[in-house]
Amino acid sequence: MSEPVISARGLTKRYGEAVVVDALDFDILKGETFGLLGPNGAGKTTTILMMLGLTDVSAGTVMVAGHDPVRQPLEVKRRVGYLPDLVGFYDHMTAVENLTYTARLMGIGRDVREMRIAEALGRVRLSDVADKTVATFSRGMRQRLGLAELIMKRAEIAILDEPTSGLDPQSTHEFLDMIGGLKREGVTILITSHLLDQVQRLCDRVALFRGGNILVMGTVPDLARQVLGAGFVVDVEAAAAPGKELATRLGAIAGVLNVRQTAESTYRLTADHDVRAEAARAVVAADGALTRLSVDNPSLDAIYTRFFEKQTATEGEIRDAA
Amino acid sequence: MRREGSPWQGLGTVLLKELADHFDSARMVLLGLLMVLAAAVPFYSAVDQIRTTTSEDPFVLLKLFNPGGQTLSVVAILGFVIPVIAVGLGFDAVNGEHNRRTLSRILAQPIYRDALLAGKFLAAIIVLSINLTCLWLLVVGFGVYFLGVPPSGDEFTRALVFLLISIAYAGTWLGMAMLFSVLFRSPATAALLALGVWLFMTLLWPMISPFIAQLVAPPDPRYLLLGVLDPQTAGWQQALSRLSPYLLYEEATRTILTPTTPSLGPLLDQIRQLRGEVVGAALPLRESLAIAWPQAVALIAGAIVLFVATYVVFQRQEVRA
Repeated sequence: MSEPVISARGLTKRYGEAVVVDALDFDILKGETFGLLGPNGAGKTTTILMMLGLTDVSAGTVMVAGHDPVRQPLEVKRRVGYLPDLVGFYDHMTAVENLTYTARLMGIGRDVREMRIAEALGRVRLSDVADKTVATFSRGMRQRLGLAELIMKRAEIAILDEPTSGLDPQSTHEFLDMIGGLKREGVTILITSHLLDQVQRLCDRVALFRGGNILVMGTVPDLARQVLGAGFVVDVEAAAAPGKELATRLGAIAGVLNVRQTAESTYRLTADHDVRAEAARAVVAADGALTRLSVDNPSLDAIYTRFFEKQTATEGEIRDAA
Repeated sequence: MRREGSPWQGLGTVLLKELADHFDSARMVLLGLLMVLAAAVPFYSAVDQIRTTTSEDPFVLLKLFNPGGQTLSVVAILGFVIPVIAVGLGFDAVNGEHNRRTLSRILAQPIYRDALLAGKFLAAIIVLSINLTCLWLLVVGFGVYFLGVPPSGDEFTRALVFLLISIAYAGTWLGMAMLFSVLFRSPATAALLALGVWLFMTLLWPMISPFIAQLVAPPDPRYLLLGVLDPQTAGWQQALSRLSPYLLYEEATRTILTPTTPSLGPLLDQIRQLRGEVVGAALPLRESLAIAWPQAVALIAGAIVLFVATYVVFQRQEVRA
């Protein structure tokens, strides 16, 4: 985690009057996995295309791997692997032929080409179908072939646009594992997705994106504190000894913001960190019988839903006031 | 702001891949067959006709391509079929990549769009050239075999020039097809429109352009009385007809292939006759070339202009699916 490999300053994209991406500022650090989340039409893909020099930048700058994609798109594209939303291949060609074509476009030498293709196909578990035409491939296999292309490229930065959309749960799981493999190798990953719980598992930092703006950005617990107020919800089920007020003791734990008795012997704590250990100690100290103790990790899903609810509500109020 | 790096990076790779695609495709086989079959009928009728007149004619080889008179010639058929083949090879060049969702993946590789477009254009031109050259060799080869008359150097050069003009003509239509493939996201729309333009230019325009000429420059009644065409009207008619690549091709090939009747419309013929030239005498090759030169250049220029238009539109186009 050192210098930023992608850094945007005032990055803007306009189509005529419409502002699709509005003065973005962000840094993505080397080796980091960064999630870009937002509803459809938020400008995520446009942002990615600007990073690759595939669409013009209206204002501002973006530097990718030390190069400006506007002036040096070839240098950028040599270092960055891009897996587009619903990636396509030439159906009449085999997996190996498809990869050979892109390998040649990448300028990978004839001597190492075959070896790297075989290795990449092995990593995404497509070795068995390497010589089958892509027309016979399922959606998941195509997506994995797209990932094989990035592996073969040995990209420093992998940009994955909605990589798991339209995949069944099993393929999604496998695919995310493969992305995890890239992450462990130190590849910087930028991922956009709607499948929030999965992004949460992979990403070091996420940004919530809407209307061309990054609304909040940070690690998931950070966002939870910002958006939900507090990140951790701990449920305690314990029968306390008579006369000892358990709720007060639980409320006295450092970091607990709120205690609510949800049933006769269950309590729900909201805290800014995981307070299970302290809660257990408090129950024991109160001579209580601890029967259940569980924590809800801050869920990106909850953050996302809550955040956009709030946004819509605020916008609604403004509209009502007007 | 200048971009860095060569626009040709990846051109060879794209070119080879597109060539391989063309040679593998059923479409290519069909288009090739179409061309050979279409040319076979006029070829045989030309051979038949020539057999009866061989002794009188010094340009037997050229007669194979264009026997003159009312018979359907190989040239007329090519003027018709070449556009269909060119459109067939080009109509889904770019929008096909869009629809297969391969475009953004390919353009994310370290190449410029230039390489993709130029590679596709060159591949199709090479395929068309190979097709046309094969057909040309078939006609020349069978012609010599059936007639037993070896062509002279002059004849052979003329036939070769005809081949080059045909390739330029194919290039014009390919440029048109590729422009439509960039303009329209649906390959069916692009193909229909390209074929529509082809029908208009080859069938309708030759009928419409004289009317427009008469509207623009109504003929002087004095010329009508003399029974000749008003030079002004004739001039307009010729200028308008030359907007059609089909008529340009027809004019250029007629000049090259029929050295004995370098008739370039009534106007020129009248002037020639006034000058005391004998219309109908064989022109030397140099002069035929000089007469056909503007038409040939116009066809090449048409291909280039259409390619540039395609290039400009493609550079500005969004790649997202």
